[in-house]
Amino acid sequence: MSAVTAPTKGTPAHRRSRARGPLLSKRLRMAGLYLAGAAVFLFSVFPVYWMVATAFKPVSEIFSGTPSLLPGTPTLEHFDRVINGELIPGVSFWRFFANSLTVTLASVLMGAVLSLLAAIAVARFRFRLRTAFIMVLLVIQMVPMEAMIISIFINFRQLQDATGVQMLGNLTGILIVYTAVSLPITIMMLRGFVAAVPKELEEAAAIDGAGNWTIFWRILMPLVAPGLVAASIFAFITAWNEFIVALTFLGRSTDYYTLPLTLSYYFGRYGTEWGSIMAASTLLTIPVMIFFLFVQRRMVSGLTMGAVKG
Amino acid sequence: MAQTAEVTTPADPAPGPGRDPKAGRADHSLLRTILKKTPPYALIAPALIFLAVILLWPIAQMVWNSLHGYTIRHLSPAGPDPEWNDFEHYIRLLSDPGFWSILRNTVLVCVLMVGITMVLGTLVGILLHKLPQWFSTVVAVGMMLAWATPAMSASLVFRWLFLPGRGLVNHVLESLPDWLVGSGWTDYNWFLEPLSLFSVLITVIVWQSFPFVAVSVLAGLKSIPNELYEAARMDGAGGWRSFWNITLPMLRPLFSLILVLQIIWDLRVFTQLYVLANSFQNKDVYLLSYYIYQQGFNASPPNYGMGSAIAVVMTVMILIVTAYYLRIMIRQGETR
Repeated sequence: MSAVTAPTKGTPAHRRSRARGPLLSKRLRMAGLYLAGAAVFLFSVFPVYWMVATAFKPVSEIFSGTPSLLPGTPTLEHFDRVINGELIPGVSFWRFFANSLTVTLASVLMGAVLSLLAAIAVARFRFRLRTAFIMVLLVIQMVPMEAMIISIFINFRQLQDATGVQMLGNLTGILIVYTAVSLPITIMMLRGFVAAVPKELEEAAAIDGAGNWTIFWRILMPLVAPGLVAASIFAFITAWNEFIVALTFLGRSTDYYTLPLTLSYYFGRYGTEWGSIMAASTLLTIPVMIFFLFVQRRMVSGLTMGAVKG
Repeated sequence: MAQTAEVTTPADPAPGPGRDPKAGRADHSLLRTILKKTPPYALIAPALIFLAVILLWPIAQMVWNSLHGYTIRHLSPAGPDPEWNDFEHYIRLLSDPGFWSILRNTVLVCVLMVGITMVLGTLVGILLHKLPQWFSTVVAVGMMLAWATPAMSASLVFRWLFLPGRGLVNHVLESLPDWLVGSGWTDYNWFLEPLSLFSVLITVIVWQSFPFVAVSVLAGLKSIPNELYEAARMDGAGGWRSFWNITLPMLRPLFSLILVLQIIWDLRVFTQLYVLANSFQNKDVYLLSYYIYQQGFNASPPNYGMGSAIAVVMTVMILIVTAYYLRIMIRQGETR
């Protein structure tokens, strides 16, 4: 309870109850808060727990009329089936995993380079089109992919027909779209980091005789790196979870399916195999969970930008 | 604390119209001297060209497509060119009661999602602020799990939770006393009727999006200086009054921003509906983005023109909300 009285946690409610409420009512109040907190925790965690628990349950328990909270006899059969079996006939799980990873990492890398350059320009220079550029970023960030998907699909299809370069039915097209989709928000996130690098540092380094590249790599990069990591993880999560572009672009080319698309396909085909579906969902979720823990703080400030300060 | 540092930074008289200390200061920066030979346009060019070609141009094309007869026939290299069709798509849409019902459902579902998410998120944010640090962290980490779950996984889990016959929700409802919830839940199918399907959809979306609101509100609450509350208490203001007169006004910019983001995210819901509805047969459960996809890629033959017309309607709705968003961003100086 000592944490409550710490000055940083002081809220009007605390102080009020401390000042005039009797001890019992204060305790009741605290108990109520704890209870509400526990309810929120359960509501948030339970579906995730249920996904994992189902993935470990043998088929007999999944189909049982009286579901049990814990797997009675935990089994790895579903994970084994997902990983070593075939979610889609003829293609192994690792192929889908590799597809997802390739397209995600490649788009993150391309996005990092493009957005770092743009962020430097926006943070360090004033130029005529600067405000217009920022406005374009903000608007593009808002127009949903669901609205643009038909036009983008037509473009890529026509480009493919005109040049013979395959854009649809493999990873090329989705890689390009994923890179573009994350750019607006990563540029806005990085911009703050670049602006925060004091110019005095650069000057000092130059006086010591450092060249352009040295200054870029030794001064700017280390200071901007945390932002670059956060922005990259944000782009990673966006690309890893993306569904509608993969669905439209990949069509029947199952060899190139990303994980979310594979899951949707498998669910459509074997909709009653809940053990395997939940095991595959768990595998899809794990990488995101890991990365999410790193960027959680930055996600909030990145999305709400200036609205939360301090 | 952090913002005082920023505010007191003596900004050089900036030549531009903006007085943003971040950018204004950089004027004599060495980086600028270094990069003098690469003007800023060269730096934004790659990103700008990329965005313009991949995302900006298609918005214009969307409008063009919607005004032309454009089906899969026109897409094949040997096919005819798309032909102008005198606003036929829009006329057909506006005179189709089915479209109006989809539009109404989209708005209603969006309002419910956003409303519930905002109220729940705000309450949880306040709760987190009042709980002791350790417990607040525990709850926040739990919420992160819901937030981080990919849409596809979340949709599948909720489909499984609400599954007729073996789903946990139906089982629990069945085991509750009949006078409370009625009977016959075991085989109840949530995914057939719009009302029940949208209830599940709203549940998934709220589950995934309230943590963002809660964590943002918590960050906002932490940024309000305690002195304000103390002064209010001196003046005899109770908790409720200081909430209305201090907390809400201080958090207003934050609230408007979250509200806009939530509206835009919830208007476009697709993946969750795709999994929950699991087919395109029941037109009663369509939402706008689902209808766009259905017209463009599921109808036979795919009708790109009609799909684009629906997309234009959705984009207009989004742009209206975006205009409000831009106003907030400009006011906060984000565009400077």
